[in-house]
Amino acid sequence: MTTTHRSFVSYIDRTRDYYAAQGYERPYAWARHTEAPFTPLPRPLAECRVGVVTTASPWREGESVDGVLRGTKTVYSLPAEPLPEKLYTDDLSWDKETTHTRDVPSFLPLPQLAAFAAEGRIAAAPIRFHGVPTDYSQRRTREQDAPEILARLREDEADVALLVPL
Amino acid sequence: MSLVARHLEAAGLPTVVVGSARDIVEECGVPRFVFSDFPLGNPCGVPEDRAMQRSIAGIALDLLESAVHPRTTVQTPFVWSEDESWKDAYARVDESNREALRRQGEARRAAQARMQSQQ
Repeated sequence: MTTTHRSFVSYIDRTRDYYAAQGYERPYAWARHTEAPFTPLPRPLAECRVGVVTTASPWREGESVDGVLRGTKTVYSLPAEPLPEKLYTDDLSWDKETTHTRDVPSFLPLPQLAAFAAEGRIAAAPIRFHGVPTDYSQRRTREQDAPEILARLREDEADVALLVPL
Repeated sequence: MSLVARHLEAAGLPTVVVGSARDIVEECGVPRFVFSDFPLGNPCGVPEDRAMQRSIAGIALDLLESAVHPRTTVQTPFVWSEDESWKDAYARVDESNREALRRQGEARRAAQARMQSQQ
């Protein structure tokens, strides 16, 4: 197999051009770092409680889809069991022409983690999961939402976290 | 979500991001990243494909155990479909939709202005 172009989609390039076509002249400035923090596992994975964070929201009926919602969303938590039958994702920029989000485990790995917990691969699956808004404001994410997610994961005594953006 | 990963990790909580927007996550820079070359929406696997979904979650757990440096990316072996036309179709701008996109942008800005004036 060979290729003459990068084979994966550049969402930074694609969304910049898409929003420019909608008349937004100043492109979104994505976060970029050359360094990243790193924390080794505190104990063997089989002894770790696992937390889960999603960008999906609690289900809501009949909401309009125009991105105007975004600023109104906040961090939330819901029980992991029973698995929600559906979550609200229409305001997120997933590929609505190619796929769908009606199958919750395709974007929220709670049954998968429950199975791994039952097999002893991890100490415990989460008893609740957390949602974080995909906020336009990186400052709000850094200063408000991320600390709130950390506080909730600590309440859950999570040792590690799977973060699953749509 | 990548900013959340960095915040948690800096506070001592190991994280792994499971996603499909490779450039966005890697430019931000996260400790651990499981990448599937899928359309956005199903980072844990094709809908209803329980075996694949289990495998991808397992790869995320493996990465928590195996990574020794930040910015470790693992690409899962799965292919969305032989037909890769979804890659060109996502958020495409061409002559067929340029005018519609311009109008859509105008309508959204008007809606946002209305919301702001009501607050």
